[in-house]
Amino acid sequence: MVFFSYLFSGVSLGSVYAIIALGYTMVYGIAKMLNFAHGDVIMVGGYICYCSMAYLGLPAIVSVLLSMVVCTVLGVVIEGLAYRPLRQAGSLAVLITAIGVSYFLQNAAQLIWGVTPKIFTSVVSFKLPESLTGLGLTSEAIITMVSCVIIMIVLTAFVNHTKMGKAMRACSEDKGAAQLMGINVNRTISLTFAIGSALAAIAGVLLCSAYPTLLPTTGSMPGIKAFTAAVFGGIGSIPGAFLGGLLLGVIEAMAKAYISTNLANAIVFAVLIVVLLVRPTGLLGKYVPEKV
Amino acid sequence: MKKFLALLLVLSMTLALVACGGGNSGNNGGANNGGGNNGGSSDNGGNSGNNGGNDGGGAGTASGTFKLGGIGPMTGDAAQYGTAAMTGAQIAVDEINALGGDIQFEFQAQDDVNVVDNAVNAYNTLKDWGMQILVGAVTTQPCISVASEANTDRIFALTPSASSTDVTAGKDNMFQMCFTDPNQGKAGSEYTKENFPDAKVAVIYRNDDAYSTGIYEAFKAEMGDSIVYEGTFTEGTQTDFSVQLTAAKDAGADVIYLPIYYQPATVILNQAKGMNYAPTFIGVDGMDGILDQEGFDKSLAEGVLVMSPFSASATDERTVSFVTEYQNRLDQLPNQFAADGYDCVYAIYEAIQAAGITSDMSNEEICDALIATFTSDSFSFDGLTGSGMTWSTNGEVTKLPMAFLIKDGVYTKP
Repeated sequence: MVFFSYLFSGVSLGSVYAIIALGYTMVYGIAKMLNFAHGDVIMVGGYICYCSMAYLGLPAIVSVLLSMVVCTVLGVVIEGLAYRPLRQAGSLAVLITAIGVSYFLQNAAQLIWGVTPKIFTSVVSFKLPESLTGLGLTSEAIITMVSCVIIMIVLTAFVNHTKMGKAMRACSEDKGAAQLMGINVNRTISLTFAIGSALAAIAGVLLCSAYPTLLPTTGSMPGIKAFTAAVFGGIGSIPGAFLGGLLLGVIEAMAKAYISTNLANAIVFAVLIVVLLVRPTGLLGKYVPEKV
Repeated sequence: MKKFLALLLVLSMTLALVACGGGNSGNNGGANNGGGNNGGSSDNGGNSGNNGGNDGGGAGTASGTFKLGGIGPMTGDAAQYGTAAMTGAQIAVDEINALGGDIQFEFQAQDDVNVVDNAVNAYNTLKDWGMQILVGAVTTQPCISVASEANTDRIFALTPSASSTDVTAGKDNMFQMCFTDPNQGKAGSEYTKENFPDAKVAVIYRNDDAYSTGIYEAFKAEMGDSIVYEGTFTEGTQTDFSVQLTAAKDAGADVIYLPIYYQPATVILNQAKGMNYAPTFIGVDGMDGILDQEGFDKSLAEGVLVMSPFSASATDERTVSFVTEYQNRLDQLPNQFAADGYDCVYAIYEAIQAAGITSDMSNEEICDALIATFTSDSFSFDGLTGSGMTWSTNGEVTKLPMAFLIKDGVYTKP
């Protein structure tokens, strides 16, 4: 019985990691860059949704949509201002810029919304029967899981079966060749950021619904954990992000429950190291040989 | 043209965000450095306790303008503590200056982002400015480094809130306004034993944090076998406590002691409610501030006991005027850190009077005179965070903790 409670806590936590990891992996898969500002776009998504519900009094669903729109615009603007000028620069330069953007967003949020935490009201309004909540299962966790699965399916279909998706895959394989074939690389990458940021908004709202303290630094730690999850599952692979997120959450919860709360993080990362030693591309990552 | 458009977009978005932030976005810059007297503050009752220390037999008449430095995090994730303490100190400085007496203060607050290197830089900036007495640092780790610097330079330092014993250890010029962590843990265990004699107790603490572990260790030493479960978390895992709560419930705990800050405590209360688990929660002074979070469902904190030396809902004249002035400046209720910052300035003020210090004395002379006064038997200080406070030679303060019960969304006496 207690085991199931632990399992459900792990799944709840994991589903949040998974939904963040989807955005990470999507951007990495197409643009081949680690967008470390992803966690902070999540935070902005949370704040926009909070503001729209608390100050404008809009209903939850409208707030979520509004926060998606704002985050999409934000993502495209970040890409255009910070990453596009560095398209030809080394990947290290882009990485450092991403970290800079992350700090910029955190500090801007602190200027705008202040340092005292805001308590997020859950956007999930339905209640579970008591027999389930007693087991540690929450309605937020279920919604997060469901959205995660839907997003995963839609994303996979979009990337594999639409024209824009095809352009994205082409850009991911070879930007130069894609451009020669008449694909607008810049627009494709902007679109990727738009989708990734819209996902970040959803992730932010769900993260804050499950763990309601909203601070300018809210996104950073889950962002790093989700990045780990994405690597765990195989970065660039959409189902891999989902699997990696869930496993990470469950391992963390089980390690806390049965081994030691002190060592939980160490165990999570030890598992990651072992997985990467055995499968360097992650659980579902594809091995792409370097052609010469 | 494209770049211009992009810029325009960013601008308009920033504006939109600012508008969204609403009323409370304005004042987060923290303590303002100017010594400008706030119009409304001059007529309040903030000075009622001032003369208590005056009969300590000063050598001469205290006078002059003293340069007070303040160090605390005003940005970063500990920003609310530094902002609160420095604003509290600024209010006290403004009140004292408004009295127009012989002693005037110039106050400058520097941001340390709760990072050790920045704290030392902030300290050096203040030293270059000519700081004679230091109020700070607000948080423990930066304070430990700053304390060694201040000890070498012989600058007297009084921290509002850095509560570890490491802060004062081996430094005769470093004093604390807040409890030490072990003293607080001890007080917590005494309270728990007295009020919940047969309870099974669980503790959830943050084991990568000196404050939390310091309280926990003293608490554990006193409670011994009645602790049925100990859960820990770290900075990286402070968003989810369902495992710890399930385990505590499984162990049959009916009291949970939380020697932690209020953000993780908020999550704990929320998740405990989510799983229909309702033990008695006992919090420490870091829990103060839990009710002021915007959007916080106050019913979650119903029945929580907070051991804290200060409550903004106290009704004595001095607290009321402080709370009003603080709200004027920051549009929120002061927490214990703000009151500690305020008390620091008044304690220094009274000690300066008692010792007859003048501002043309060297830093070392001021430091030695203040040390002698703070540790003398005749010096005791009444402030917002307690009355009859005295200091031992190792810099620790002696005052009584108070327990508050959160009832109907406000602090009450249990």
